[in-house]
Amino acid sequence: MKQSRCFRFIALSLLLALLAGGLAPAASAEVTSAFKPVPVEELKVGMVLIGSQDDGFSGAHYNGLEGMKTALGLKDEQVLYKFNVPETAECDSALRELVDAGCQIIFGNSWGFMNFMEEIAEEYPEVIFSHCSGYKNNGVNFNNYFGRIYQARYLAGIAAGMKTQTNKIGYVAAWADNAEVNGGINAFALGVQSVNPDAVVYVKYISSWFDPTLEKQTAVALLALDCDVIAQHVDTSMPQVAAQEAGKFGCGYNTDMTPAAPDAHLTAPIWHWASVYTAQVQDVVDGTWVPENYFLGLKEGMVDISPLSKNVAPGTAEKIEEARARILSGEWDVFTGPISSNAGELVVKEGEALADADITGGLMTNLLIKGVEVK
Amino acid sequence: MTQDFWGQATAFLYAAVLACVPLLYGTLGEILTQKAGNINLGVEGMMYLGAIAGFLAGYRTDSAMLTVLAGFLAGAGGALIYAFLTVSLKANQNVSGLTLTVFGMGVANFLGEKAKLNAPVGTAFMSERLKALLSPVGIGGLDGLPVIGPLLFRHSVLTYLAVLASVAMALYLRRSRLGLNLRAVGENPAAADAMGVPVSKYKYAHILVGGGLCGLGGVYISMVTCLGNWQPNIVAGQGWIAMALVIFAAWKPLRAAAGSLVFGALSVLRLYVPKDVVDIPAALFTMLPFIVTCLVLVVSSVRLRRENQQPAGCGVNYFREER
Repeated sequence: MKQSRCFRFIALSLLLALLAGGLAPAASAEVTSAFKPVPVEELKVGMVLIGSQDDGFSGAHYNGLEGMKTALGLKDEQVLYKFNVPETAECDSALRELVDAGCQIIFGNSWGFMNFMEEIAEEYPEVIFSHCSGYKNNGVNFNNYFGRIYQARYLAGIAAGMKTQTNKIGYVAAWADNAEVNGGINAFALGVQSVNPDAVVYVKYISSWFDPTLEKQTAVALLALDCDVIAQHVDTSMPQVAAQEAGKFGCGYNTDMTPAAPDAHLTAPIWHWASVYTAQVQDVVDGTWVPENYFLGLKEGMVDISPLSKNVAPGTAEKIEEARARILSGEWDVFTGPISSNAGELVVKEGEALADADITGGLMTNLLIKGVEVK
Repeated sequence: MTQDFWGQATAFLYAAVLACVPLLYGTLGEILTQKAGNINLGVEGMMYLGAIAGFLAGYRTDSAMLTVLAGFLAGAGGALIYAFLTVSLKANQNVSGLTLTVFGMGVANFLGEKAKLNAPVGTAFMSERLKALLSPVGIGGLDGLPVIGPLLFRHSVLTYLAVLASVAMALYLRRSRLGLNLRAVGENPAAADAMGVPVSKYKYAHILVGGGLCGLGGVYISMVTCLGNWQPNIVAGQGWIAMALVIFAAWKPLRAAAGSLVFGALSVLRLYVPKDVVDIPAALFTMLPFIVTCLVLVVSSVRLRRENQQPAGCGVNYFREER
């Protein structure tokens, strides 16, 4: 009898403890991070890059993480890079090597790393995985970061719209039916049209992020269509080189491409990844990292355009500053209506603005606005 | 409309000629190699070596002559590794060639990255003078002629050199005693050996020159296509298209010239076909050269004409003791 009462007491308290234990983390996760603070000297940061240090896209990421290193005063051996990692099982082994090396946070800079990172995040819940340009988030230790590069493209579009004489602007684009690419094209075209309503943007997709020869050939084909400004959403400076050779003009991407095409390049939308890297790694140090997505823009200094070159049309700087001020004010963004698709359908009504979900995916995936033609 | 059509047609053909030159060099190099009885799958790698050597030589010396020479020698250097492995050490030809591709790509990307990162302005550039020397230039005002002007008379010196090389190689293979001996080495090295032809010397010489030609294709990519701007993975698979072209050209240099023009045209075709006229997926266009190669393989194997086949000794290393 006594024994059974004792047993009942123990069982009840166990049950209570279980209930409390089950509830407690759920209640506290909303306010604090699930990760303990990491002393700066014990910190290790890893990064898997699709390209090398000297390619525009991965080079910008490299500079960003180096910027973080300087900002937080880390030593060289605390930041580990895996360059030239393809979007295959090699990505998985690169991630594992970084985990084994003791990294507390690991970044990956290419779309195709997404699923590999998601899987390994399940396996190592104590390590943080942060993926650039995708859309997944497991709510525990795997988040996503990207930037509002479309804002910078809008500004570059102004420079192109002011410069064109033929009112035809070529755009060497990577992939069709991709929200990032189409968002860039549309923002650029809106920038063009804001200063030059008659200009059209001719797009050719090359189905590759990176192919020096094909990028150049595509730019040459656009120039043959009477385009006199060549913009790009591909990684090498070849489209700008093609414009330079033809005595025409262009807007690069990723880095300031003026040195590659000194007489052609106007300005390029560029990335300052250091801001997002510093913010996330600082959170790891402070023990305040939470699995939220980062989507920073012009305001946070995440994206910008490279300094205007000598080739821009007079008055360009003023127009760009005007637009920049409007974006920075926060009252207006690039995808504010009315916006019509190139099939003539009104997709964003007057006074409305696109939600972020429709910029990074959704509507943008298949949208090309009025004045954009796929050639 | 019609004027627009002709403008686009001319632009397309001109782009085809620009695109075909590296393919032609790679194909000529591989034809010469296979005529000596060796399959060298390292075309891509040797093009990488030529591309980086030409780039570095141009950057350091500012001499067009040295740029071209360095590219040739680097390609030949890559081929020397291959020749030593397969001719002297009798290693497997396929494996040796494939490793040469991986090696060449790695070396080129490594050196290119170093050159760019160590350059004072953050990236390495050629002088305007050197770029102008290697870029397409009009010859004596003839390039002003309608349609054929730019097609025939506005090209890089490397383009004319490629055409010369294919004519010279055709004459060499068909009309010279050395060429006859070479064909014997490629078809039946034992018979050639019995004839008193120094088989190994022939193999070495032609594998090396073949590699040098591939290297020139690389120089064209880094110095003419990319105008002296180094890019990682600069060759991007053009060496493999050249491998397919060797079959397409039936191991004939002049057919290689025509074939590379066809492949060059196929590679830029999708950029000149207006979307509103023909709208098929880009992937189909990318497949075209390989579909055409498959068709050629099928047709040539059905017809079984001996002169259109691969040299019989290809892929098999020659051991004198095994005769």
